[in-house]
Amino acid sequence: MIELRDIRKSFDGVEVLKGISMTFEPGKTNLIIGQSGSGKTVLLKCLLGLHQPDGGTMLFNNRAFGEMDDDEQRTLRREMGMVFQGSALFDSMTVLENVMFPMQMLTKQSETAIRKAAEEVIERVNLVESNHKLPAELSGGMQKRVAIARAIVMKPKYLFCDEPNSGLDPKTAIVIDNLVREITQENNITTVINSHDMNSVMEIGDTILFLKNGVKAWKGSKELIFKTDNKAICDFVYSSNLMKKVKEMYQ
Amino acid sequence: MKLLHHIGAYFIMLRLVFIKPTKAKVMQKLIFQDVQDLIIGSLGIVGFLSFFVGGVVSIQTALNIESPLIPKNLVGFATRQSVILEFAPTFMCIILAGKVGSFITSSIGTMRVTEQIDALEVMGINSVNYLVFPKIVSMILLPLVINISMFLGILGGYAATLYGGFSSSADFIEGIQMDFEPFHVAYAFIKTLLFAMVLATIPSYHGYFMKGGALEVGKAATVAFVWTSVVIIVLNYFVTQLLLA
Repeated sequence: MIELRDIRKSFDGVEVLKGISMTFEPGKTNLIIGQSGSGKTVLLKCLLGLHQPDGGTMLFNNRAFGEMDDDEQRTLRREMGMVFQGSALFDSMTVLENVMFPMQMLTKQSETAIRKAAEEVIERVNLVESNHKLPAELSGGMQKRVAIARAIVMKPKYLFCDEPNSGLDPKTAIVIDNLVREITQENNITTVINSHDMNSVMEIGDTILFLKNGVKAWKGSKELIFKTDNKAICDFVYSSNLMKKVKEMYQ
Repeated sequence: MKLLHHIGAYFIMLRLVFIKPTKAKVMQKLIFQDVQDLIIGSLGIVGFLSFFVGGVVSIQTALNIESPLIPKNLVGFATRQSVILEFAPTFMCIILAGKVGSFITSSIGTMRVTEQIDALEVMGINSVNYLVFPKIVSMILLPLVINISMFLGILGGYAATLYGGFSSSADFIEGIQMDFEPFHVAYAFIKTLLFAMVLATIPSYHGYFMKGGALEVGKAATVAFVWTSVVIIVLNYFVTQLLLA
């Protein structure tokens, strides 16, 4: 479980996060949604330790990140998996090497054991036939699946995804969303997904945090999102004609 | 102020290179890869340029000797001194700032743009050590490249002198042996090692801390080349003053 208490972050005097409090539960897909510039990525980078919050507390299973020493933070980072928006696969490595990489760097397991673990997760994301391909030879959806495999190979307690289905067609996007949800449930991972895709919201939004101008403007789930009369979230959700039609049909 | 900020950030980066090291087995693989890319990959251009520039130096020297009082072995002597003292260690390193430096900046810069460096950091890996340390280690082999450059530069001078009919083979060989100071070679290698450190770290700094997209990667490579050249030239002046004056 991740608990955020009054998280604040500024850049050059501009306050990007203005006191965010939230709880992300394990075994659930927790979505952070909002317009571009609302502070989603900054919040995710704070969770990953890439940005240091100016104020507030982040608790990972009741352990405060800010009170950990370097070794404890490093240990915590090994419990995290991250799927970047652009996949961030290492260009010079094959699919198998990319997935083996975190284990090679961070564990003392034998090469055989590492290969076996990597092959298992590659099989889990249905990419066995692409084991020896380079990232450049893969489609966007396949790259995302490799990124997911690399993120889960260390059996993380926390999984973070930054817009995992951006740039993908709707069908592939659903495959990726479902894969993330299944992995989250199978391994009881606390998953936090940054998204502005309403399809993802409707597909996997167990818990939803809506940010607007760095403030928590709404919190709920995919079931509640159509029932709320919160103006901020309604403006965001029903900004497209498709969603307006869906709302009409729903009502 | 901006320059001071960069100098400070550069030295902070250098400190990070040597802490939290990457696993030895992985590092060994990275070092071999960088030796291949930075050192072995540069041998062709270094050899080609050295041979022809050595030839030009000897032709220019021979053509400027008009007085019959000046011995013909001066062509060999001048070629040796020019190549060993300046051309091979300094100007070859500036040429390598273009080749090796832009390769380092663009490869690390691309990793920054595509979030690969963030991915390393999230995994708890010291990305500065992972990316920069193998480059520093592999560039320690640069004196070997400069040694080859010295040999081929003098060989080019010898060939040009001989086939251009500017001097006899005996005169040239006598010239390259005349008043030979072994310390001059040591001086060349000492400054090559310093330049190697500059060649590995300044382009790495510009790649690692770059911001933006693909266009900025190109700009960062250009800026890295300019600063690497400037630092090499300034260092060359001080090292020469310290060791030879």
